[in-house]
Amino acid sequence: MTKIASLIGFGRKKKPEGWNRPPVMEQGNEGELLEVAMGPHHPSTHGVFRMDLALDGERVIRLKPEFGYLHRNHEKLGEGQSYLSSMPFTDRLDYLCPLSNNWAYALAVEKLTGQAVPERAEYLRVILAELTRFQNHAGSIGFLMQDMGCSGTPLMYAFREREKILDLFEELTGARMMCNYMRFGGCRVDATPAWLDATRKLVAGLPKFVDEFEALLRSNEILMARTQGVGILKPDLAVNAGITGPLLRASGVNYDLRKVDHYGIYDRFDFRVPLGDHGDVYDRFMVRMLEMRESLKILEQALKDIPGGPVMDPKAKIRGFRPKQGEAYGRIESPKGELGFYLISDGSPNPYRYRVRPPSLINLTVLEDMALGQNVADVVLILGSVDIVLGEVDR
Amino acid sequence: MKTIEEIKAAIDAAIPDAGVVIVPNPSPSGQHSLLLDPAHATQVAKFLRSDAELSFDFLSNATGVDWPDKEVAERVKVTRPVTKLVDGVEQTAEETVEETRKHIEPGCLEAVYHLFSMEKKHGPLVVRMRTVNRTDQVDLPSLTPIWRSAEFQEREIFDLFGIVFTGHPDLRRILMWDGFVDHPMRRDYVEPDDFEYEPTAHDEVLARAQAHQSVELAAQSAEQQAATAGKKETGAAK
Amino acid sequence: MAVDEQLKIEMRKQGIVVTSIQELYNWGRRSSIWPMNFGLACCAIEMIATTMARYDMARFGAEVFRPSPRQADLLIVSGTVTKKMAPQVVRLYNQMPEPRYVIAMGACAISGGPFKQGYNVLKGIDRYIPVDIHIPGCPPRPEALLSAFMALQKKIDAQPLTGEGRPRFLDSEAQGEFPVPVPGEHDLEPASNKGVWTVPVVIR
Repeated sequence: MTKIASLIGFGRKKKPEGWNRPPVMEQGNEGELLEVAMGPHHPSTHGVFRMDLALDGERVIRLKPEFGYLHRNHEKLGEGQSYLSSMPFTDRLDYLCPLSNNWAYALAVEKLTGQAVPERAEYLRVILAELTRFQNHAGSIGFLMQDMGCSGTPLMYAFREREKILDLFEELTGARMMCNYMRFGGCRVDATPAWLDATRKLVAGLPKFVDEFEALLRSNEILMARTQGVGILKPDLAVNAGITGPLLRASGVNYDLRKVDHYGIYDRFDFRVPLGDHGDVYDRFMVRMLEMRESLKILEQALKDIPGGPVMDPKAKIRGFRPKQGEAYGRIESPKGELGFYLISDGSPNPYRYRVRPPSLINLTVLEDMALGQNVADVVLILGSVDIVLGEVDR
Repeated sequence: MKTIEEIKAAIDAAIPDAGVVIVPNPSPSGQHSLLLDPAHATQVAKFLRSDAELSFDFLSNATGVDWPDKEVAERVKVTRPVTKLVDGVEQTAEETVEETRKHIEPGCLEAVYHLFSMEKKHGPLVVRMRTVNRTDQVDLPSLTPIWRSAEFQEREIFDLFGIVFTGHPDLRRILMWDGFVDHPMRRDYVEPDDFEYEPTAHDEVLARAQAHQSVELAAQSAEQQAATAGKKETGAAK
Repeated sequence: MAVDEQLKIEMRKQGIVVTSIQELYNWGRRSSIWPMNFGLACCAIEMIATTMARYDMARFGAEVFRPSPRQADLLIVSGTVTKKMAPQVVRLYNQMPEPRYVIAMGACAISGGPFKQGYNVLKGIDRYIPVDIHIPGCPPRPEALLSAFMALQKKIDAQPLTGEGRPRFLDSEAQGEFPVPVPGEHDLEPASNKGVWTVPVVIR
């Protein structure tokens, strides 16, 4: 693990005096708090999300998030149907990264039953998860730039690569987005050598895209002026509030589940974990950019070493799947943070309790702390840098 | 990380009457849990977070579980005096009869927390708290003052299960709207009846759909009858 | 009065364009439908992908997605409508000026979709507002959304300007404001708008 903080300090400009003011109303203005509801229908709230802001002019004095506009009772549905039937519903949780959600659920059930996974399936899982991480981070940066006013041009660049990756997903799993590909004990279908060659070709061309994307955005004046020093998150608060993912690592805390939990076969790959120094929006932007490069490194290694063999454990029980009584909590490093599934089994084909630990909901705990004292325009950027998906927040 | 017995020993050493019980987990995951006594839960939580070796500074997941009331039937041998008529004379004798007695074991609501350590990079430690019953004594101490990540998750447990967390800074509904009165994730929740139309309905959904449709069919046929009666009248009048 | 197609083509070759007011009017209307930025859930991502470089929707006239309902013509309801969100959807629809059209994109907007057994899921947005085009799929492919857009354009083209079937803004008796549901104790009140949606009677 190397700290790549020096790269992130590139080009920092000094802020003027008295720039970050405390969230206290100016004297004489008490009683004139402007209460604004931002959302649920808003061009930059990444979905149906509402924030009740109390403003003094442009400064945020209080921010209360409101959820539930996409609450589709995923957990109650999980109790009513069998374990495998819930797999397509996990696609719809974080709908930008369906394959990561599938893997997290499969991991939790495999912990519950003690199921082993064949090696080729593990490699395929890593390849698909890292491709998902790549297109998620590219899209997240694209959406952040759109919130900043770029009117969709960086988003077009990101979605150009995303379409190529979705083509690969469609060829392998049958669907562009809701892939429903992982199973308890492996993957659903095997990848043909032609698919692996196509993936290698795509991955060989992606570093050029990341170079172009980064060079266009990294030292953009408007980006730097609007994101440096904005929405600072201190590491102690981040750890106490249960923040995970790029949001945590941009504050300087080195906690990446791929290195901590050693799940899957991530131990075999050589990759670094980018950390930030200041914990502001610019750091999160750079951490995501650097994580895209690390994903490409993992992809190159995995595609080179993938072995042959079955993709599904031949002794895995599919019909009459009744795990023993007990419970398990399985988690992975999804592109948004720690995605965990908590399952309680009572010996029947349906789970007794099926719980999703949503990274986006818990990352929003500190939204108020990050936004106090900033302008309303900064709130939009801070929300964009947290990178939430409402399907996961509300489930 | 220490094993669950060692952690219990450490807690007992630091807080003498903590009342912590190990709940074993029979599945291969090996994630055993500690059942905390609500009276000492805050103390134990503070110890778990601040202890140098355990250092559980990251609360990852907080969730609720509903254990409904169970009806338990047991067969009991009961000896009772019985009066019988024997040869025209009343006699009392002792009779042993096997009876099935049913009683209701009260259920409870449970809050389960998963703790990890970002500093020491170990975990998970599963911690549980149970309420007294499901109806009126449903409060538990909130762990939000100790781990801020419990803030939204405890609000969700309150919204969906009904556990009231004392000490929570802002306990109100988070996913359902404020005027909603039920707790949807409980096992005895009845969903609102808006399944009026199902193309391939079966079983109870079919029964509910037909109940709605018979209302609509009756209304439609009443309208048709009124229309034909009106036409007949105008026809007859002409 | 319709002009013979062959005659039209002959005259076009000479540089004379013959058309009717209805054709011209509807051609203008259908070629510049501006959708509103209304993505609820996963279908919204496919909607965004439709506007991106590969499946460019701008070439069909949907050049800009307006964030404000006052400036939009088309409401693409993409994603699950929950009971908490339903009053907001109806309010936004009421705020759109005529002519306005609704596309229900995805299984969730048509009938609740995979989440139909949800206590918080509205079983289809057509319970409260009139829907013109339904697109099945979960999520529908971008090509399906483009095909639905073209179907909407055909529908607009076929709308006469007078008489039966004319658009609502030319009809002074058409309903303009639709009642907004109110969240009650267990469910929304009312559960559906009577004028817009009736329980379909299945005859077996």
